[in-house]
Amino acid sequence: MHPLLQENPDKKILVLGNEAIARGAIEAGVSFATTYPGTPSSEISENLFKISHQTDLYFEYSVNEKVALEVAAGAANSGLKTLCIMKHVGLNVAADPLMTLAYVGVSGSLVIITADDPFMFSSQNEQDNRFYGKLSGLPVIEPSSVQEAKDMLIYAFELSEKLKEPVIFRTTTRINHSSAFITLGGIKERKTKGNFKKDPLRYVTVPAVSRNLHLKLLKKIEEAEIISENCEYNFQKGKGELGIITSGVSFLYASDAVEELNIADKVKTLKIGFSNPLPQKKIQDFLKGCKKALIIEEGEPVLETYVKACAQQAGITIPINGKGKNLFNLHFELDPETVKEVISSYFGFDYAPKSKPDASNIPELPMRPPNLCSGCSHRATFYEMKKAAQSLDIDVIYPTDIGCYTLGFMPPLNMGDFLICMGSSVSSSCGFSKAIPGKKVVGYIGDSTFFHSGITGLINAVFNNHNFTLVILDNGTTAMTGHQPNPGVNMKELGLEQYQQVSIENIVKAVGVKHVAVIKPKKVKKSIEAIKEALSYKGVSVIIAQELCVLYAKALKMPKGRPFYVADKCKDHRDCINEVACPSFYIDETNKVKINADTCIGCALCAQICSENAILPVPKS
Amino acid sequence: MKTKRLIMVAVGGQGNLLASKILGEAALLSDVPVRMSEIHGMAQRGGVVESAIVLGAAQSPIISDGSADILLGFEPSETLRAINKCNSNTYVITNLAPLPPFTVTIGKGKYPDINLIQKLIKEKVKNLIAFDALDAAKQAGNPMALNIVLLGALSRADILPIPKKNYKTAIKSRVKENFIDINLKAFELGFNAI
Repeated sequence: MHPLLQENPDKKILVLGNEAIARGAIEAGVSFATTYPGTPSSEISENLFKISHQTDLYFEYSVNEKVALEVAAGAANSGLKTLCIMKHVGLNVAADPLMTLAYVGVSGSLVIITADDPFMFSSQNEQDNRFYGKLSGLPVIEPSSVQEAKDMLIYAFELSEKLKEPVIFRTTTRINHSSAFITLGGIKERKTKGNFKKDPLRYVTVPAVSRNLHLKLLKKIEEAEIISENCEYNFQKGKGELGIITSGVSFLYASDAVEELNIADKVKTLKIGFSNPLPQKKIQDFLKGCKKALIIEEGEPVLETYVKACAQQAGITIPINGKGKNLFNLHFELDPETVKEVISSYFGFDYAPKSKPDASNIPELPMRPPNLCSGCSHRATFYEMKKAAQSLDIDVIYPTDIGCYTLGFMPPLNMGDFLICMGSSVSSSCGFSKAIPGKKVVGYIGDSTFFHSGITGLINAVFNNHNFTLVILDNGTTAMTGHQPNPGVNMKELGLEQYQQVSIENIVKAVGVKHVAVIKPKKVKKSIEAIKEALSYKGVSVIIAQELCVLYAKALKMPKGRPFYVADKCKDHRDCINEVACPSFYIDETNKVKINADTCIGCALCAQICSENAILPVPKS
Repeated sequence: MKTKRLIMVAVGGQGNLLASKILGEAALLSDVPVRMSEIHGMAQRGGVVESAIVLGAAQSPIISDGSADILLGFEPSETLRAINKCNSNTYVITNLAPLPPFTVTIGKGKYPDINLIQKLIKEKVKNLIAFDALDAAKQAGNPMALNIVLLGALSRADILPIPKKNYKTAIKSRVKENFIDINLKAFELGFNAI
């Protein structure tokens, strides 16, 4: 049995924040869940996916976040308790259904998890999704700790059920990827059969209906504000004439700071867990007893702006600050020492930060950036593209996309010139190729990203008769986020029979691409020839590079190839290192190129490009 | 108890996430509150993996620069890189077997001399324990047990209020059955290495 399914109420278990959220979903009795994977949210879905194989929970990896939310909207309006999970930028993709689903509401309940990523540990931006609460009018719930992540998810479902509105559950990386002991609660029964009562005047958002629905939503917001005023997750602690208002993980940093500065009798804290709509009266009452207030939040001044407005309405004129010089930044994440330093300087307490070591005499250390794996087929495709472009003597712009292959932008491959969001490789290639006549443009996109939002760009390219080559790097899985399924995955390899596999090649041909070639990137010469043909084609050409992700192949226990070694006839040209840069290469003490036989998977890319034929399979012993 | 903050740095694949889980489990067995955080987005692609483990009263799951009481380094150049987490009172325990990054192979960086790494750490913090944990792991029967060797050394350093037997119980509960003996041996070798 999956460990998150154990009954054992009151038992303590050590879990990741994302596991706590998955457990919260199980305790709440969630019967329907959808997602598109994205760090830092992925482990919530991974656990629910596994649990769905052992229970009657319905779970799906949807094609993208918009689809995931629309699927969830159907289920939640059939009366089911529904969860929809995504990373922060995913909510941009789902913003269209979100805005009008807020008008429509739900007949069951729906919680939408947005996992924000301050500091961009694994994201392209650090947008603050609390704004989506204001934008859509939906309630926002923000946990501060791993235990709260579980407990407040259950609360979010109760709230959604009460208001008949979706609830946004906003986490940050430091909640998702922190671990702590949580105390388990009881598990509610799952209701898995839905029911839809037709009511077009509620559900069909033509303008005449939507005007009424907007009024209904505004009433719900008023109702939500009353609940927020009395919500147990908006609470005050400590006492004094100095006030801190905070939410999310910042609450923990603030609590530690107050404790360690020994100022608990001078500083009180208002912790906000229900952050949209904010509890106006509670905030005003809190401020009335204060001489000065500090707002501690990561990202945008969402709380700060609102608290200042609350103060203005109540005629409170005390200093209220959060973001600014000598205060908190708008960028990156907070940390305990920064919070401690700002609290002490803003309120005028003595604090001497610990002396950090003098790093001036530390030599520059070699960087350790993440790298494409040993034997990764993307490396082979990138190398082949480079050779094909060189032999045609063309200079190419390479828009890329989101996935492991983004790492190809680094030297020596240098295969990535432009990236803004999921699917942008295809559509931005349209723009570049039209804007710069005569310039060759090659876009790179992975299989999962192609299904997510590459297909529409490709149809656009065919319709508008653009001129570029799209390379679809099909490694048979969603590799970057931890090998989640996508429509192109052969699910039978995972022992799952209830899925159908969708062919990328058929889609590409069906949308009208005239030049399509499928390559096996491990076959260097053949691949280069196929790429050259595609590059020479006028119009939209597509290369599909098919090779299973090496980590995924290992997880599926597929046989590993025989490793290679560098024979004595090596003349030290180092093309293998300088052009391919597979991490299995190293330079030994005698300055000779060697291959680490433990990590080499025998892809033979380097063996095919060595001009001396000096790279050979390790003989069978 | 007074809060103790421990930073673990490793290269992806060295097993520091398992090590932090074992340490967390051992803390629970010892009635020590624990919170941990990790950054591992690209761990499988050879990047640096850093875990923060906070034991005791503090609630924050991360550790600011200058605030680590203990730095447990799985790779010497990464230990040195994480020195900004330390202060003059920090206890540093590090493996000395290098794992040069790929940038060194392609000539984009120079791996520092091991003796220099030790000298630099020693002049910046009060305590340094440095030994070849990879060798000990190999002796135990599997180079992958390096993480457990380092936990053994951490136990011996006696900075955390976690009895040795609780580490061992936690190892047994978190490690796959076939590997328990090797890991318990690795733990002892680490314990006796310093």
